[in-house]
Amino acid sequence: MPDLLRILIVDQNAERAAILEDGLRDAGYKDVVVVREVHNLLRRIVDINPDVIFIDLEDPNRDVLEQMFQVSRSVPRPVAMFVDQSDTATIERAIDAGVAAYIVDGLRKERIKPILDMTISRFNAYQKLRNELAEARRALEERKLIERAKGILMSERRLSEAQAYELLRKSAMNDNRRLVELASAIVVAATDKEPK
Amino acid sequence: MSLQRLTLGFVPLLDCAPLVVAQERGFAAAEGLDLELIRENSWANIRDRVIVGHFQAAHMLGPMPIASALGIGHLTVPMIAPMALGSAGNAITVSMVLWSDLEAAGAHLGASPAHQGAALKHVVDERRRRGLDPLTLAMVYPFSCHNYELRYWLCACGIDPDLDVLLVVIPPPFMVDALRAGQIDGFCAGEPWNSLAVERSVGCIVTSTAEIWNRSPEKVLGMRADWAESHTRETRGLVRALCAAAHWCDRPERHAELAQLLSRPQYVGESAEILLRGIAGRMLLAPGTEPKPVPDFLTYAAHAANDPQPRHALWFYEQMVRWGQVPASPAAAAAARSAYRPDLYRTSLAGTAFQIIDNGGERDDPSGFFDTRSS
Repeated sequence: MPDLLRILIVDQNAERAAILEDGLRDAGYKDVVVVREVHNLLRRIVDINPDVIFIDLEDPNRDVLEQMFQVSRSVPRPVAMFVDQSDTATIERAIDAGVAAYIVDGLRKERIKPILDMTISRFNAYQKLRNELAEARRALEERKLIERAKGILMSERRLSEAQAYELLRKSAMNDNRRLVELASAIVVAATDKEPK
Repeated sequence: MSLQRLTLGFVPLLDCAPLVVAQERGFAAAEGLDLELIRENSWANIRDRVIVGHFQAAHMLGPMPIASALGIGHLTVPMIAPMALGSAGNAITVSMVLWSDLEAAGAHLGASPAHQGAALKHVVDERRRRGLDPLTLAMVYPFSCHNYELRYWLCACGIDPDLDVLLVVIPPPFMVDALRAGQIDGFCAGEPWNSLAVERSVGCIVTSTAEIWNRSPEKVLGMRADWAESHTRETRGLVRALCAAAHWCDRPERHAELAQLLSRPQYVGESAEILLRGIAGRMLLAPGTEPKPVPDFLTYAAHAANDPQPRHALWFYEQMVRWGQVPASPAAAAAARSAYRPDLYRTSLAGTAFQIIDNGGERDDPSGFFDTRSS
C-alpha cells in the first residue's frame, strides 16, 4: 500500500543510504529524501519537512536533531523520537543496528512500524555485508603474508615451497601461535634486515 | 579474584578524565572493577545506550539525568547521578571578526564576564540598528550546562538569547570548522575545543564558565536508577574509584601525565600540550598570546566538586523552566531534585578517607555568579 509519508535519511555513508532508500521505495514509500551533506542540517530539515527521520548512530549530528524537540522559533513542527514506554525493544533493536529514528509528533505507531522494521533490517544487512567483506579482506591479507614468509624461508634456507610451509606450520604449532602471526614476524624481521 | 567488567560511555572532553584515570591508574581494579570505556560521538548516543543497557554508566551532562527523569525530549527512563565528575571547564569562544568588533566596543582579553558582556551587548545593538542578521552562537546540546550558562550570561548582560541572537546546536568536533567558515560567530563548549580554535587562529576565548559561575556544576556519572538499585556493590565501587581518580586528576604534579594519558587517540586525542591548557587552567585566550591563569577553570575534585548536590539539579530544572523546555510544577521540581543522589554518594564513601563537605542547603550561594558577586 503506497504511503504518503515523507522519509528523510541522514547518512554520510552513500552506499548504505542507497540500500535503505531502495528498500523503502520498493515497499511503496515514494517520498524518500537522502541527505549526506551535514552542513546546515537543521535548516535543510525544516525545508524538507519530513515525517520520519533516520540518522546513523555514529553521526554527531544526532545532537543537532535533538535540539528540534525544543521550543524553537526556527522549526515549525516539533519532532519527537519514535518510542514510547511500551516499546523499548524497538529502540534496542534500532540501536543495535546502528540507527536512530525520529518521527513527527502524533504520527500513529502502526504507520511507522513497517518503515522502522525495514530500516533496522537494512542496516543489519549492510553491517553483515561489511563484516563479511572485512573478513574476506583479512583472509586475503593473511594469505599474502604467509606466501611472503614462505618465499623468505625458501630463499634464505634454500627450501622447497612444501618444506617452507611445513617449517612454518611446525614452528607455529610448537610456539602455540597462529600461522599468520609467525608469518608476520618473519616478514617484519626480513624487512628490518633490508638496507635502509 | 577476577575483576567485574563494566562498560562505560564517554564523550572526548577533558572532564572524562576520572573514567580514564580510574581504569588506567588502577583505582577501578582496587574496587574489583574493570572498566571498558567506549568513546561516543553524541550525547544522544550516550543516553540511548545507557537506556538499552549497552552502558552500565556514562559520562553525562549534568542536566541529562534530569531531562530523562522529566521525560523531555525522550521517553521517561529514570536516571540518576550518584556523583558529579567535576566543576566548570567550559569557555565561550568567538570568531576573530567578532572579537575585533568586541574589542572596538571595549572588550579586552581576560576581562570580567560583565565587561565582555557589555561589549557584546553593544555589538548586538549596533548590528540590529544597521539591519544586520543577529549573531549566531552555538552550544552542544539542548540539555547542557553550556546552553544554560551561555543563556545566563547573555541575559545578565541584557541580551535576550531567544530574540537578540540565534542559538544553535553544533557537535563539538564541527565547532572550529563552523567558526572558521563563518557559519557561527561564537560557541560555548568544553575543552579542548576552545583551545583548538585559538591554536588554529580561528577564534579568541572571551570568558569561561568558571568566571560566569565559579564552581558551577558540570558533568556527572549517570546511570539507570534501576541498575543502581540492583547493583549497589558495583555502584559504590564505581563512585569510590572515580572519586579517587578525580582527586588524582586535581593534583598539579599529575597534570602533565594526565594530558599525555588523555591525548591517546582512544580517549580525547589531540596534542597533550593543548589538553594541558584546560587541565592546568592556563589558557591561551588569543592566537599568539601568553597563557593566562584562569583560577578553578576546571576542577576535578576540589571544593566538593564530586558531590551531586540537589541545589544544582534544581538550578538546571529552573533553567529548563526559564527557557520553556518544561512547564513548572512541584512534581517536576521534586523529580528533578531526586535525579541527583547525594545519599548514594555518601553511602559509597562511608568509611573512606574522602571528606564530605556539606556546603549549603537547597539554594545556591549567589556569590558564585558573576553578576551577583560583590567584588
